[in-house]
Amino acid sequence: MKRVISFKLNGEDVEAYVQDNITMVDFLRKQMHLTGTKRGCEEGECGACTILLDGGAVDSCLMLAVEADGHEVVTIEGVQKDGVLHPLQKEFMDKWALQCGFCTPGMIMSALSLLHENPHPTEQQIRDGIAGNLCRCTGYAKIVEAIDAAAKVLAKEVGA
Amino acid sequence: MALPKFDYVRAASLGEASSLAKEKAATSILMAGGTDVILQIRDGACGQVDTVIDVKGIPGLDQLEYREGEGLIIGAQTKLFAIQTSPLVQEELPALAAAAHYVASSQVRRKGTLVGNICNASPSADTAPILLAMDAVVETYRADGGREIPIGEFFKGVKKTALDKAQGEIVTAVKIPALKSGEGAAYLKHSVRKAMDLAIIGVAAWIRMDGDIVEDVRIAMGGVGTTPLRAKEAEALLKGQRIAEELFERAGVAASKECRPISDVRASAEYRTDMIRVYTGRAIRKALETLKA
Repeated sequence: MKRVISFKLNGEDVEAYVQDNITMVDFLRKQMHLTGTKRGCEEGECGACTILLDGGAVDSCLMLAVEADGHEVVTIEGVQKDGVLHPLQKEFMDKWALQCGFCTPGMIMSALSLLHENPHPTEQQIRDGIAGNLCRCTGYAKIVEAIDAAAKVLAKEVGA
Repeated sequence: MALPKFDYVRAASLGEASSLAKEKAATSILMAGGTDVILQIRDGACGQVDTVIDVKGIPGLDQLEYREGEGLIIGAQTKLFAIQTSPLVQEELPALAAAAHYVASSQVRRKGTLVGNICNASPSADTAPILLAMDAVVETYRADGGREIPIGEFFKGVKKTALDKAQGEIVTAVKIPALKSGEGAAYLKHSVRKAMDLAIIGVAAWIRMDGDIVEDVRIAMGGVGTTPLRAKEAEALLKGQRIAEELFERAGVAASKECRPISDVRASAEYRTDMIRVYTGRAIRKALETLKA
């Protein structure tokens, strides 16, 4: 079956006509042409397809598009504001927290969710927060550093 | 990748979900978080599915509360992430928060539920051993009223539960008795990776002490049989005894003789058996560390 769903996508109200059996990652990429969300393992192991659903990071390959009805979704395309990169995005660049970049959108969505729930994470909590995101290039050290640095930038912004 | 064709129904009530599940007993599947169900549909692991019944729209299934005299109530929609991070669970039963945290990744736990974890009935499900050790009760709904199933009777085999599909039976909640004074509980998982990995084995222990005498104890093992198992010989050996290092070691040996593991990609049956010996002792010690005052 096909049905109309309405939800908030990257801050905008969206209505879409979706097939019941399409996963969220396929819907985002094929129907909404938002290809920042990556298709990796397609079974919830690698985290490349991570998006925010009502503010929390979930795997969009383990979600049906119809489940988004009435909810709020943010993809990597919705992280920058008016052309200005989010501190996480800046720190990933400055700290060289990526090489091939395939895992990066998912990493940033997981980190965003983590910092939203826990603005001052320890290194252990950062590692736990990205445990569902695989990176085969960096060895994770730079990613952890970038998230830690972004947390400090965000804390200053809140304090300022 | 495309999933096979099916109709998605977001049930608005237990009655609607149950009657549809009954009508389509052979071709429907119930879904809460969907983190296991979506993959099973894709792989055909749950047979030919033409109807997916989502229970997320049913009111009143998102409990995460403590009722005096009854214990913790975990609803069918309650996410593993909510259990892991709940101050209430961390206070009343930290071993359950730990078990929830052991499941997969935070992305999966933000969508997946504890009830889904047990309905999936994997022998290595991380939340099963602690529920067995705590003697939890599974509450269900069906047209004729529903029932309470002791968790010890819930698991019937690999991916098989006591739920009556022909009656459209649905799990609504799990009730977990709270720890009383002098009681403690723990769940320990052995896996290669700390996250995102299935358990090689897992052991949960619940213990009630009278001074330094073991008044009562329950030990449950995951990943070593077609269902999560109780280690009843080990329990019998511990009951009424004074705690001592040597006693824990003997209990570990007894538990290792009761488990029935297979060899697979994660570990050999021999290794699993020996790890049950080691982790049984560790789980008892950890439970003793968490005794409620």
